[in-house]
Amino acid sequence: MTTTTVAPPARRIPVAGGFSLGFLLLELRRMLRNKRTLIFTLVMPPAFFAIFGVQSDYTTQSYGSGNVTAYVMISMAVYGAMLATTSGGAMVSIERALGWSRQLRLTPLRPSAYVATKIAVAMALGLVSVSVVFLVGGVLGAHMPAAAWLGCFLLAWLGSVVFAAFGLFMGYLLPSENVMQILGPGLAILAFAGGLFVPPSGWFETVSRFFPTYGVAALARSPLGEIGVGTAAVAVVNLLVWAAIFVVGATVLFRRDTARV
Amino acid sequence: MTTPAIQLRDLRKRFAVRGGRPVQAVDGLDLTVQPGEIVAFLGPNGAGKTTTIDMMLGLAVPDSGDVSLFGGAPAEAIATGRVSAVLQSGGLLKDLTVEETVRLVGALFATTRPVEEVLARAGIAEIAGRLVGKCSGGQQQRLRFALALLPNPDLIVLDEPTTGMDVEGRREFWNAMREDSSRGRTVLFATHYLDEADAYADRIVLVRQGRVVADGSAAEIKNLASGRVISATLPGADQGRLLAIDGVDEVELRGERLVVHAKDSDAVARYLLTHTDARDLEIASKGLEDAFLALTTETAPHASASDYVTQGV
Repeated sequence: MTTTTVAPPARRIPVAGGFSLGFLLLELRRMLRNKRTLIFTLVMPPAFFAIFGVQSDYTTQSYGSGNVTAYVMISMAVYGAMLATTSGGAMVSIERALGWSRQLRLTPLRPSAYVATKIAVAMALGLVSVSVVFLVGGVLGAHMPAAAWLGCFLLAWLGSVVFAAFGLFMGYLLPSENVMQILGPGLAILAFAGGLFVPPSGWFETVSRFFPTYGVAALARSPLGEIGVGTAAVAVVNLLVWAAIFVVGATVLFRRDTARV
Repeated sequence: MTTPAIQLRDLRKRFAVRGGRPVQAVDGLDLTVQPGEIVAFLGPNGAGKTTTIDMMLGLAVPDSGDVSLFGGAPAEAIATGRVSAVLQSGGLLKDLTVEETVRLVGALFATTRPVEEVLARAGIAEIAGRLVGKCSGGQQQRLRFALALLPNPDLIVLDEPTTGMDVEGRREFWNAMREDSSRGRTVLFATHYLDEADAYADRIVLVRQGRVVADGSAAEIKNLASGRVISATLPGADQGRLLAIDGVDEVELRGERLVVHAKDSDAVARYLLTHTDARDLEIASKGLEDAFLALTTETAPHASASDYVTQGV
């Protein structure tokens, strides 16, 4: 302290409600220490891609401006991003179950800054997950124009913010230390229903349009081409409606949680 | 006049019980703690200690009454780091190390003491690299204490800090606590261990059924406990005359047997032996345990309990 008076230094309230880089980095380190999370978000999606994306003649078969391998790669990247951001958001459930959120109430951290940090950590893990799948895809023969690589990458990653909201919603809904054991199978079903594992056709395509995974996946593939204006519009509406549902759900439960002091 | 560190005025809180009558956990509790005091908040389980502390820290909203910490709202005192707490229910993250936990919480405050200093003062510097999930209950509790020390608070509130610890863990915890408190910090700790209150606090506040039933320095509470019971056979004893003796709290007649509760047993005995025909005189001492039980159990008469109250320290 460089104060010259004998008075104690003035006590301050931290800026941005306690949101800080130090907090964010330690949260990231914690997430990367969780082997289960790493396997589900960074190992499984590229492994699925390697199994399903390069079989038979997918590398030579064209799809839009690229090949079918690129199509499967994007699907698996969306799947990985969705697992990563959902588990990131759902961490609030674990922390509530442990009583850690109560411990945090004894610090200047504002609940909004806490949620913002959780979303940032979820998106960071999502970024790593999409990067790993794209890297493996590039090595194993996915082809598309440079602009499509960039566009698909950004849309797959940024679109997964919907699932960060979904994770938060579930995290406040299910106070459990094992929330991902409930959400894991649920996410696999959602991924299947949204057409991430098997390209939907016929009646299945109509049904799949109503699932939250469909919107993100269709948008993420749009730079690759072969997507009509109608399909794009459906995808955007799907994304916005599900985003609204998850954000409102998470907000309502979050308010209830912080009010019940 | 200095601003009190803690001021609770007519605090009340009622909880709904599923399928039963609501429970009045805190029932008109008043408490003023001046800066620098070390106060034990002593009472049996269910006396309303935790509920009072939750309201004190802004973690629960009182039905009525006022809370102020250093003249301000609890949330403000916590956000500026002026007040911190060690709670029974505050959980820790098992997948961080001891040091990482302290760094993480430290990152949330505007200014803190250095991490190394805090670890050393809580006595956990040597286990800084250990995962929290691998720490014993006592070590985790000292980690919570380290977290509470981070903002260099003017007031620390501890809720039953040694519950569930073995004798060794309790001793180490209080050693760390005692070393730290030489710095003039205000401390309020809830406990149901008499010996902890006795050994550590310089003021004891006894609570029962959500109210303060006795409040005094440790010495005063001990005085209260050192009262004696004098009994003698004396038909037709003059109760008024006995009550007039200095230090007599209560006079009972059980048939021919006279029972006197008094702080100064000598004066009573002298009177009985020199001025009356009393026979078979016996003197028994009341322990600290007896006083605690008398003051904090349901059957204790309210009127006699209030005789012990020595307000304003």
